[in-house]
Amino acid sequence: MSQGASQKIVPMIPPNSAATLLRIAGLEKIYKAKDGIDVQALQDINLDIADGEFVSIVGPSGCGKSTLLKILAGTLERSSGTVAMRGQSLNGPSRELGVVFQAPVLLPWRTVLQNVMVPIEVQKHDRARSTAKAKELLAMVGLGGFESKYPNELSGGMQQRVGICRALVHDPSFLLMDEPFGALDAMTRETMNGELQRIWSESRKTIMLVTHSIPEAVYLADRVVVMTPRPGRIVDVIAIDLPRPRRLAMQNTPEFGRFVAAIRRHFSSEGVLDA
Amino acid sequence: MSGLSDKTLGKRLIDSPLLSILVFCLFIAGWEGAVRFFEVPKIVLPTPSAIAWSFWHGFDDDNLQWHLAVTMYEIVAGFVAGAASGLLLGFVIALSPLLERIFYPYVVAFQTIPKVAVAPIVVIWFGYGVASKVVITATIAFFPVLANTIVGLRSAPHDQIEMLVTYTASRAQVFRMVRLPQALPYIFVGLDVAIVLSVIGAIVGEFVGAKAGLGYLILQKNFNFDMAGTFAILILLSVVGVGLHWLIGLAQRRIVFWLDMSGNRVMGA
Repeated sequence: MSQGASQKIVPMIPPNSAATLLRIAGLEKIYKAKDGIDVQALQDINLDIADGEFVSIVGPSGCGKSTLLKILAGTLERSSGTVAMRGQSLNGPSRELGVVFQAPVLLPWRTVLQNVMVPIEVQKHDRARSTAKAKELLAMVGLGGFESKYPNELSGGMQQRVGICRALVHDPSFLLMDEPFGALDAMTRETMNGELQRIWSESRKTIMLVTHSIPEAVYLADRVVVMTPRPGRIVDVIAIDLPRPRRLAMQNTPEFGRFVAAIRRHFSSEGVLDA
Repeated sequence: MSGLSDKTLGKRLIDSPLLSILVFCLFIAGWEGAVRFFEVPKIVLPTPSAIAWSFWHGFDDDNLQWHLAVTMYEIVAGFVAGAASGLLLGFVIALSPLLERIFYPYVVAFQTIPKVAVAPIVVIWFGYGVASKVVITATIAFFPVLANTIVGLRSAPHDQIEMLVTYTASRAQVFRMVRLPQALPYIFVGLDVAIVLSVIGAIVGEFVGAKAGLGYLILQKNFNFDMAGTFAILILLSVVGVGLHWLIGLAQRRIVFWLDMSGNRVMGA
């Protein structure tokens, strides 16, 4: 444990040193418990994310990755530290963000298209232009023709795709994804991973994907941020220099396996994962 | 093989309304037969045929349609007034914990008072006409709508609210886009209870003192020992109640359509 604490993580300069979109510095989160024993959910989180970068955050349950995401999404207050987007301090929800949740969280009384349009309505964007954009996004994720269906007429995978379209419709620069495929079966999950890669390469968004699947993290990301629990902190940031576009078959190559093994070692050495 | 077809026939019989109609006919026939066979006096229990006769002639002899119209007006006006004030106060209380602490104990205290006991006072205040019945009906219809509105407006799942908040929604937007639609199923439960209670409210009001209406007519029939006439009006009242309940259900299925789609259909829906 003392080794983890002394291991100071220097904010890594992202590959090709593009402009920094998001800077997280000295971020801490302490949950005040009623019994007086406070829980440190996040300890000294430092991370720079470049414009257009795909970052995966991987870690076991309780490592604070969802807490980190909630702070970035603006629904949870941080205890200390700074979060800045393009140099502007981020306090609370931002229009620059699109969030994809663990569950699709669709509103059952709205059609697929009306669900995608939720951010547009909330932020009062131009409706006509956004409707075209929403239909375009739905077509991109293979839901063309489903615009007037209701959520409970769709499968879980299709619902999550609607959630992704909703996160993109107001053209945010930063997409936060909180274990979006955790509830899906393995086959659907692989398909969704392929689609997410395509969406990312077509839209050039910056994406932060929180997951507890190591292969998923490696497969999609430019960099994988490794977190461990008690207290939640970053123990490693690994650049994934596998060529793009990546194919599913790449998961069987030795290079891919080496990345996965390197990440898994962090968890087995921490005793949080039987690897 | 024949066992299989028998089973499907039996199942079809259970699913169709035919069975309940059949049971009803048997019940009526048994009633008629029993009263005639045991020679039950008609001031104790009239035969179904005497009730039907009385019902048929009620429109000519007693101006039944006029009394029905009066009672219907009391039910509907009282229901609308009670439901509207229940909705309004429900919104206010659900949105303001302070106002809830101030007002809700009194609302509950008022609710625990039997409305039958209040009815004579209301008749003295508002007179023997229609107004006092509308007021009594409204006080009865008010509470179920109020209680269900409050619970409904607080029933919105946390993740839906959080989703809207991350997209920078204001409090008013969260209310309009999530809290209100989530409250609708609860509000309809309240309206359904309220409409059935409204029928009781109007009759209670007329019993205390009235110049017209089905409750007034029931009292008159009772004074004349016209049991068949009383039964005829009771049947008319239950038809009114079922009809109004059905109307609320119809509106609910149209407005809260997404609940019907999720597969948890209620029997007979």
